[in-house]
Amino acid sequence: MTDIFWLIPFIPGLSTFILAVFGNKLPKKYISFQACTAVFASFVISVISFIGLRQTPHEAYPLVKKLLSWIHVGNFQADLALQFDPLTAVMTLVVTLVGFLIHVYSVGYMSEDKSYARFFTEMNLFTFSMLILVMASNLVLMFVGWEGVGLCSYLLIGFWYEKHSAANAGNKAFIVNRIGDAGFLLGILFIIINIGSTEFAAISEAVGNGALSQSMITLIAILLFVGATGKSAQIPLYVWLPDAMEGPTPVSALIHAATMVTAGVYMVARMNVFYTLSHSAANIVALIGAITAIFAATMALTQNDIKRVLAYSTISQIGYMFIGCGVGAYAAGMFHLYTHAFFKSLLFLAAGSVMHALSGELNMQKMGGLRKYLPHTYLTFLIGAIAISGVPFLSGFFSKDAILTSAFANGQYFVWGLGLGGAILTAFYMFRLIFLTFHGKERLAPEVKKHVHESPKIMTVPLMILAFFSIIAGYIGLPVVFGKNLNWFSRFLEPVIYQAHGEAHLSLGTEWILILLSVAVALFGIFMAHVFYIRKPGIPHSLVARFPWAYKLLYNKYYVDEIYNAVVVNPMIRGSEIVYQHFDLKVIDGAVNGSAKSAGFFGRILSTFQSGLIKDYALIFLLGAIILIGYLVF
Amino acid sequence: MAYFLFFALSIICILSVIFMIFVKDQAYNALFIVLAFACLGGLFALLDAPFIAVVQIIIYAGAIMVLFVFVIMMINLRKEFSPEKKKLTLILSLVIGVVLFIEFLFSVKGAFQQLSSGSTESIGNPTSLGKLLFTKYLYPFEITSVLIIAAMVGAIVLAKKKDKDKE
Amino acid sequence: MIPLSYYLVLSALLFVLGTIAFFIKKDLITQFLAIEVMLSAGNLVFIAFAKAMGTIDGQIIVFFIITVAAAEAAVGLAIILLVYRKKKSIRSEDMNIMKG
Repeated sequence: MTDIFWLIPFIPGLSTFILAVFGNKLPKKYISFQACTAVFASFVISVISFIGLRQTPHEAYPLVKKLLSWIHVGNFQADLALQFDPLTAVMTLVVTLVGFLIHVYSVGYMSEDKSYARFFTEMNLFTFSMLILVMASNLVLMFVGWEGVGLCSYLLIGFWYEKHSAANAGNKAFIVNRIGDAGFLLGILFIIINIGSTEFAAISEAVGNGALSQSMITLIAILLFVGATGKSAQIPLYVWLPDAMEGPTPVSALIHAATMVTAGVYMVARMNVFYTLSHSAANIVALIGAITAIFAATMALTQNDIKRVLAYSTISQIGYMFIGCGVGAYAAGMFHLYTHAFFKSLLFLAAGSVMHALSGELNMQKMGGLRKYLPHTYLTFLIGAIAISGVPFLSGFFSKDAILTSAFANGQYFVWGLGLGGAILTAFYMFRLIFLTFHGKERLAPEVKKHVHESPKIMTVPLMILAFFSIIAGYIGLPVVFGKNLNWFSRFLEPVIYQAHGEAHLSLGTEWILILLSVAVALFGIFMAHVFYIRKPGIPHSLVARFPWAYKLLYNKYYVDEIYNAVVVNPMIRGSEIVYQHFDLKVIDGAVNGSAKSAGFFGRILSTFQSGLIKDYALIFLLGAIILIGYLVF
Repeated sequence: MAYFLFFALSIICILSVIFMIFVKDQAYNALFIVLAFACLGGLFALLDAPFIAVVQIIIYAGAIMVLFVFVIMMINLRKEFSPEKKKLTLILSLVIGVVLFIEFLFSVKGAFQQLSSGSTESIGNPTSLGKLLFTKYLYPFEITSVLIIAAMVGAIVLAKKKDKDKE
Repeated sequence: MIPLSYYLVLSALLFVLGTIAFFIKKDLITQFLAIEVMLSAGNLVFIAFAKAMGTIDGQIIVFFIITVAAAEAAVGLAIILLVYRKKKSIRSEDMNIMKG
């Protein structure tokens, strides 16, 4: 039953190929049918493989299927081989289910677009690459998938490439990603040098048995994490994600909320043996995750673009996932990844629905009171917002609580504190968004108001399905307070996590206190948002008037982009221009042109010998003869 | 006796070539060369090659030079050509000549000692020539006849006056 | 008997004189004549060596050389005639179409 798992990436891959070659000639209905069905088929096979996996004993993990012998250099071997184990199962289920729903939504959202075929080709290509990434059984193939999703991110962000801002955003995403990839590659190289293989099973075994020195483990862990910061948009390489909102909304939902940006978390979870054995690296991961969580949350407070708020929210939530991985609770981090996929994609798609209804308006200050025009969208959006804020009984509560509790249990109080602060801000900015968009006075432009309409069913049905999952998805990972051994999720992932020592435990009482604290914090955030935007709408303005510098700092994203431009980007551009002027033009072009010129020069000199007169020719003839005879005679 | 003949013939030969260089008229040049060839014929005879000597006179000094004279008359240029006046060419050619001559002298260095040996019986009579021509050198003989025909045809075709449209 | 070397020196002199004549003269026909002189100088060497070595092969070769020279003179003069008809001149400096 489990042997068919290797088909999972290749069905979308085949679909990509067909759409790429024939896409322009196929009718729209067929394209959407094929694209969505391909992803759905992958989902079905994932479910089947998952069921099969539960029936195989733990010792058989991971199930590996080798497809092709690929790289074979000396002692090093890297094959095209896919594997299936609990971690992979979680990722494939998330990617294919959420991906399928987003594909269906895009059929409605992109129905008017002129590059319909290209969109679905690239979406399927992305699905294929992401599945290769999560199903690869060695680091090299995973890196192939890693780059593949980076490429698709570039293609899809710059989907409307005629717009300058979109093209630039695509470039920015790809280039910043590449910087992270440099670190990732260095990590892979060190692993190859020290362990000799990139197969995950081999790595875990070798490192677990103490084959590497502590400093080497730390070094590799940090290098791999650099790659993760690039792909998952953490400090310092997060700057591409807000700009990536130039792409179509389904792209933002799929790639920049649910799947690609979580690849870094998956990678850290997969390489958990390094982070468990190296406390310094794990601390760095947790710290960066926590700082990013709060940093991004503060930037979300002031944004007026509905998608930008959600982008910063994504950065912040991924920070939470890294907190989970950094404190050793990899299962908690993956759990948050899984629930976040549902409610963040729900939020993005709902925002897309709002934009669709308002003919493309993004600015929240020009919205308001939309809940009577868009009831379905409002309901689903609200569910998503409640989920992300960590209100009890929805999925976000369970996953966020799991992370914060593990942080506290492992003695990382500073990280826990930052996480808690981030939770307040999360609740606050999400409900700010809800209140500004759906409640209060209507601030719509007149032409926009004329065309306001609820989105078609093909868009609202996926929303409702995602909302359903946002509610129930958390119940497979119940915390200890509700009963021992109800955390099926972390038990499922246990075989994949390297256990160096037992988990820390807290007393039941402490756990209850922590839970109540996070609930209180969430409700407090919602209440404050209500006060600021419904009861006394003047408060935000007076705050801005009192602390203009604070507002400017937050609104301009702490000027990070400007700092990067000044410190990194412009010097590099200036430097390459100098090299171009002095080296490329003068030396290289000079050499090439110079050799041509000298050939012509010598040719011109030689051509003076050809005067056309017999006498001159005879002269040279005789000279040669004289030299020859002289040589022979003397 | 032989010495006297040799020196007489050779001096006349060389003088006629030198005159050929300095005289401007083409017809005179041709005639001087006829004289030179005649002397050469005499020298051949001195070298026990009577047949070749006669052939030289009949064909070279006779037929070929007559051909030259015909062509000179056909071209019939009243203009005279003064020899090369450019100093560079003069000096260069003189230098080349001298160098070449010195090289040739060196190349015959080894032969200075050797006296002109050889049998006193005449070896150059037509009988012995004919014997060799038709046995050892048969191929060149036959091919040369083809060559002559080819040259004849070629000369006729080339020099024929075209009575078509073009001139 | 006259030593071989005398003949060789004479022939060398003739050859060199022919060369100098070729370079000094400006009209084609006289240059052609000079070439014939050079050929004859070679003939002299052959005959002289034939006598010196006692074989007769040298004379056979001269026989062929004379034949070929005749053929060559015929064709060469025909070409000179053609050139004269085309260019109305037999100065060798005017024959520089192959310049460059």
